[in-house]
Amino acid sequence: MSTLAQPDLSQWSCPLPLRDYPTIVMGHGGGGQLTSELIEHIFVPAFRNPTLEGMADSCVLPPPTGRLAFSTDSYVVQPLFFPGGSIGDLAVHGTVNDLAMSGATPLYLSAGFILEEGFPIAHLAAIVDRMGAAARAAGVQIVTGDTKVVEKGHGDGCYINTAGIGVIANHIHIAPTLARPGDVIIVSGTIGDHGMAIMSVRQGLDFETIIRSDTAALNTMVATLFPFAPHLHVLRDPTRGGLASSLNEIAAQSGVGILIEERAVPVLPDVQSACDLLGMDPIYVPNEGKLVAVVAPQVADAVLARIREHEHGRDAAIIGRVTSQHPGLLAAKTAVGGTRIIPLQIGEQIPRIC
Amino acid sequence: MKYLDEFRDGEMAQSLAREIRQTATRKWAIMEVCGGQTHSIVRNGLDQLLEGAVEMIHGPGCPVCVTPLELIDKALAIAAEPGVIFCSFGDMLRVPGSTMDLFRIKAQGGDVRIVYSPLDALHIARQNPGREVVFFGIGFETTAPANAMAVHQARLQNIVNFSMLVSHVLVPPAIEAIMNSPTCRVQAFLAAGHVCSVMGYWQYYPLAERYHVPIVITGFEPLDLLEGIRRTVHQLEAGRHEVENAYERAVCFEGNQPAQKLLSEVFEVTDRSWRGIGEIPRSGWRLSDAYRDFDAEARFSVSGIHTSESTLCRSGEVLQGNLKPNQCPGFGKECTPRHPLGATMVSSEGACAAYFNYGRFVAVDAIR
Repeated sequence: MSTLAQPDLSQWSCPLPLRDYPTIVMGHGGGGQLTSELIEHIFVPAFRNPTLEGMADSCVLPPPTGRLAFSTDSYVVQPLFFPGGSIGDLAVHGTVNDLAMSGATPLYLSAGFILEEGFPIAHLAAIVDRMGAAARAAGVQIVTGDTKVVEKGHGDGCYINTAGIGVIANHIHIAPTLARPGDVIIVSGTIGDHGMAIMSVRQGLDFETIIRSDTAALNTMVATLFPFAPHLHVLRDPTRGGLASSLNEIAAQSGVGILIEERAVPVLPDVQSACDLLGMDPIYVPNEGKLVAVVAPQVADAVLARIREHEHGRDAAIIGRVTSQHPGLLAAKTAVGGTRIIPLQIGEQIPRIC
Repeated sequence: MKYLDEFRDGEMAQSLAREIRQTATRKWAIMEVCGGQTHSIVRNGLDQLLEGAVEMIHGPGCPVCVTPLELIDKALAIAAEPGVIFCSFGDMLRVPGSTMDLFRIKAQGGDVRIVYSPLDALHIARQNPGREVVFFGIGFETTAPANAMAVHQARLQNIVNFSMLVSHVLVPPAIEAIMNSPTCRVQAFLAAGHVCSVMGYWQYYPLAERYHVPIVITGFEPLDLLEGIRRTVHQLEAGRHEVENAYERAVCFEGNQPAQKLLSEVFEVTDRSWRGIGEIPRSGWRLSDAYRDFDAEARFSVSGIHTSESTLCRSGEVLQGNLKPNQCPGFGKECTPRHPLGATMVSSEGACAAYFNYGRFVAVDAIR
C-alpha cells in the first residue's frame, strides 16, 4: 500500500489509559470499562458538545421550526485514508451533503462505528479527529453514537454509519422532480476527483501528480443559494455513479430531457488522463464535494457567480439545460460536435480491455 | 495532454467531417472491426457527424463480446474451484455465462480479482505459491504479446502455479468471414491501429485485393477515426481498394517483430468460435505445445464443459447490418442488456444494447 494511504499521526499522542491496548479488542464493544474509555478519550474530545456529554441512552434535542430532513448513509471506503481525506471526512460530508441537497440546514449527526478486532486505536483516533474537524467546519454537532466490535476478519478495519437531521425553511422547495424545460444546469466544480483519487491509491497506479479527493461539506455553499428560492429547483450531489447518474435520475424523476455540452464540464487534466488510461469516463466517476444545481434561466448567471464565490465552487460552470425533448434521457454534445446519449450504468464502472 | 488533445480538436474534427460529407456522393457502409474504435465513435458522436455520408457498421471486434459462452462457462467453473485465484480484465466480470457471471462467483466466495496486466497475475502467483492462479487471456492481437510474455516468464521463472485460459482471436480471418457472407454489405474496413502496431499491416493486402475493399489502418482518437474514414471515402469514391496507413505515428508495415517472434513461440493458430457468429477456421490462438503445461483448460479438466450458444440469437446478422436489432425474435424479451444472449447485446456499444437503451425513447434525430 502506498504511504499516502497511511494517516498522519505525527500530532497524535495516546491518551492514558488506552496505551494498554494499542489495538481494538472485543472488549471495546462490550459496554464495560473499555467502551467507556474509548468514549471518554477518543470520541468525546473529538466531537465535544454538551448534548453528547450528557451521556444518556438517547440525546434530547429541542424541536426546530420548519420541516425536518432526515438521512442516513454508511461508509465502507478502502483505503481508510487517501489523498485529500479519510473515511471520517466522508462520513460527515456525505450525510451533511445529502441533507443540504434537500434544501435543509444540517443540525445534528449520529455516528455508529463497526470496528474490526485488531484495528489500531491510533487509526481510530485519527479518523475520529477528522470527523470532529469536519463536523465543526460544517457547523453540525455529532450528538449520539455507538460502537460495536466484530471479530478479526469480519470487518474491513472500520465501517461508519452516520445519520443526520436538518431543518428546511418553509419557503424552500427543492426536489429532483422539479426540473423544468428551459432550466439551466450548473456543476460546482471539477468532476471525478474523488473516484480517481481512490482508484489510483487502491490500484497502486502512479501518475505524475497526486489526485486528491474533493471531499467537502456543501451546506454552506447551499445556504448562500437560498435567496434564489423559488428559482432553485433541484440540487444533487453526484456521488456514486457520478454526474451521469445524478442527471439521469433528475431527467427520469422530473420527466424531462437533459442536454449537456461535454466541453463545458470541468475535468482536471490529471483526472482525464487517469480515466483515459483505465478506459473510464469521468462522467461516471464519484464525487464527494460537488453539487449539481438546476435553476430557472433568469437566475442562472447569478447562481453561478454565487457558487464561484465559495471556496469549493471556484471551478463551477454552466454545463447544459433542461429540455422538453427526449424525456427521461441524458444527452451530450460531444467535444468534437457529435451527439451521444449517456445512459445509467448497470453496475459500477470497471476498467475496459477494449 | 501532449499527443492526445491535438487529436480531440473540435474545429479540426468539424472540418474533417465536412470534407467527408462533401466527398461522399452516396452513403457508404464502412465497418470498424475494433471495439475500442466503436467505443470512441459512439463516445464522441462521430456517427452522427457523418449522418448521410457514412454508415458505420460496428464490427465484431470487442474481445469481451465475442468470447464464446462455452469458454465463459469454463472460466466460471475454474474460478469457483476452492484455492483458485482467478484474474481477469475488469470488463470480463460482467459477461454472463449460461447461468451466472464472475461477479456472482466472487459473491459466492470465489477469489476473483481484476488486474490491469497479465504480469500482475503472474506477480500474484509468485506471492501465493500454495494457490493456483489463473489468468483469463482474451483479446485480439493487441493484448496477445503481454499474455505471451506472462506465460513465457512463468516458464522462465518456473512459476508452476500459474496458468492461462486462452481465447485469443485474430482480425484478418474475421474480415474474411464477414466478406465471405453472401449478404455482406460492408464496402470498406477501418483496421484497428493497435492490432497493426503489433502485427504490421502486410496481411491486409491480399484481403483488399481479393474482396475489392479499401482497408485503412486507423487510430482511436476522434481525429484519427475521422482521418481514417476520410481516406476510406476518398478511395471508395475513386473506385480504389488499397491498404492505407492513417496511423503512422504508431504503426509500421512489419509491426513489432520481437513481439511477433514471442507470439509465434508461445501461441499456435487454432479454429475459434465467436459468440454470435459461430466457428471461424484458423481465427484464434491457443498455447503451443511447448507451453501446453500452462493451459488452464487442461489443468482444471474443464474440457468436458460444452455449452451451445442461444439458437434464438441472430446477432451474426445484426453484426453484418442485415437485421435491425428489434427484428430479432429475442430482442427485449429473452435478450436484454442484463441478460444478453449475444455479442451485440453484451457490449453497451453493441447495436442491440444501444437499440434497447435508447431506441425505446426517441428517434436519435430528436436530440440533434
